[in-house]
Amino acid sequence: MTVPEITMEEVYSRPKVLKDVDFHFCPGCQHGTTHKLVAEAIDESKIQDRTIGVAGVGCCVFLYNYLDIDVLEAPHGRACAEATGIKRVHPDKIVFTYQGDGDLAAIGMAETVHTANRGENVTVIFVNNTLYGMTGGQMAPTTLLGQKTTTSPYGRNFKGDGYPIRMSEMLATLEGSAFVARVACNTPANVIKAKKVIKKAFKMQIENMGFSFVEILSACPTNWKIDPVAASRKVSEEMIPYFPLGIFKERTTADYL
Amino acid sequence: MPKAYIKIRQEKCKSCSLCIISCPQNLIRMSIDHINPLGYAPVEFVDPDGECKGCKMCAEICPDLCILVYREKKMK
Amino acid sequence: MNRKMMKGNIAIAEGAIHAGCRHYFGYPITPQNDIPEYLSAELPKIGGVFVQAESEIASINMILGASAAGARSMTSSSGPGVSLMQEGISYLAGSEVPAVIVDVSRTGPGLGGIAPTQGDYKQVTSGGGHGDYYTITLAPSSVQEMFELVQTAFDLADKYRNPAILLTDAILGQMKEPVVIGPRPEPTVQEKPWALTGNKGRSSNVVKSLFLGDGEMEIQNWKLAEKYERLRAEDTMYEEMWMDDAEFIIVSFGSCSRMVQSAIRLAREDGLKVGLIRPITIYPFPEKIIKKRTDSINKVLVVEMNTGQMVKDVKISVSRNADVFLYARPGGALPTPLEILEQIKKYY
Repeated sequence: MTVPEITMEEVYSRPKVLKDVDFHFCPGCQHGTTHKLVAEAIDESKIQDRTIGVAGVGCCVFLYNYLDIDVLEAPHGRACAEATGIKRVHPDKIVFTYQGDGDLAAIGMAETVHTANRGENVTVIFVNNTLYGMTGGQMAPTTLLGQKTTTSPYGRNFKGDGYPIRMSEMLATLEGSAFVARVACNTPANVIKAKKVIKKAFKMQIENMGFSFVEILSACPTNWKIDPVAASRKVSEEMIPYFPLGIFKERTTADYL
Repeated sequence: MPKAYIKIRQEKCKSCSLCIISCPQNLIRMSIDHINPLGYAPVEFVDPDGECKGCKMCAEICPDLCILVYREKKMK
Repeated sequence: MNRKMMKGNIAIAEGAIHAGCRHYFGYPITPQNDIPEYLSAELPKIGGVFVQAESEIASINMILGASAAGARSMTSSSGPGVSLMQEGISYLAGSEVPAVIVDVSRTGPGLGGIAPTQGDYKQVTSGGGHGDYYTITLAPSSVQEMFELVQTAFDLADKYRNPAILLTDAILGQMKEPVVIGPRPEPTVQEKPWALTGNKGRSSNVVKSLFLGDGEMEIQNWKLAEKYERLRAEDTMYEEMWMDDAEFIIVSFGSCSRMVQSAIRLAREDGLKVGLIRPITIYPFPEKIIKKRTDSINKVLVVEMNTGQMVKDVKISVSRNADVFLYARPGGALPTPLEILEQIKKYY
């Protein structure tokens, strides 16, 4: 009688395209998680040697320290314009941007909207943590009403500051957008869903479907001045009600007139 | 032989504790007796009864890729 | 080779095509709209890409992307648009990415007017954006030079991995002159091992201008400074006319130098031995030749279409004993040859 061999297999390991470099991000920051998910999407889609990333400015700028791919560092807000330039030169390469909320929705709003409107076949990874992280926690277009930040010390007020902008819903209204989704990665269940969505966004580009956009709700424990567990709860209890998760647009054919 | 277990790279842990609240079996806790070179009290895996199922929730949520997960693979 | 009657702006666009440029990103602004309009029709015919961007800021950033990806890319604008591009130009220089920017100047500051001027001189020659860098700047004075110097701009930009500006103005852009022009050559493939093309078969390339490490930024700054030293030593361009027996020098560039040439012809008829030094690169400025000539000639008249910008560079270039005079006309006024002749006679 043969005794069945029992061996242990590694069921969770580091994606190949992620360099063996430790993340400098704050404890509980979901930039690390998002980098991981983007790396897994690149690995599993087998596109590492033809992917070009464009890093925005903010905590997102260090993309090139972590992903072993060609990367361009863009001026603040302009990553979508750079991505357009690169994709128009190399339509066969996979081009994505990695930007924060101040970068993409404030200074970069025009470039973001027009890149989506032209239907540029690029993928935008948008990390939304309701404020400017790198510079110390100032109000961003995504800061929630009543939220106190270093430049809204009395809380964001509609009169004077306006409402927070829902980028996913807005971009989904444009014909040029092929895939627009919002996810979070504050719980394991959300992380697993987010990974599928990010992989789908890259798949849309691989299939030349047009502009793909994934907004990822993230905690910022340092600038929210709460611990990572409380920050993860804040994403669920305060961010998700205003920024609902879901797929807002998913084109199924490449014809869209 | 346990059905599954995890390995934590304690020297890279930033003590964010998201894994602690994510484990359905409550098998992770913050260590109380040492600080790692980064200055954080890292988390540790404590599974005396072999309850870990290898669900990977801890590894999925860890922002710093500190956790590797191993599961039993039966072969003939 | 043919002689073809061409408008200045069209000569630039056609020159870019001859240089192998197949990627143009731009925005409308008077007086250069002929350039995007022409390229929007021509580039698709030859497998090129034309994008009308949503602003000049988007244009310069698309250029940064396209050039970082290895293409010869170009944008064009006028003063107000080039002002918007300054951050992007600084990034191009800091990231060592080549590109060509055409500035068809109009009067300013602010909204200004649409008449020709040389009022952008100080902006383009001092770098224009933030940080320790310069843009290679070429100043054509004829439609033929518009056609040729845009090609030189691409070559220099690639040689030094630095942005290059072709500085011209509304009158050169809109006027027509015969151009000696051959058929469009096939674009040559340039080896750019630093470009972003996907890391197949090599290690990853990163194009960036952020240097946070201790001492890193200073090293980078000196590296760029050394590049500009080489540029000054190897690629300064100028033209001398009537200098063999000159006793009085005029320094003038671009369209203004054409009126100056007419004035010098009139002056010579009156027996005045006037010569012209015409900078073709205004960065790097031809300081060496001006110093050399003013060792023996001690009167220099600067004629320019602004309130006095190039005159500063002339003053620091001349020999100690030379006097520098200025005749400046801003706001779209074109100095006539007779006016310039009067100035020559005043100071001779």
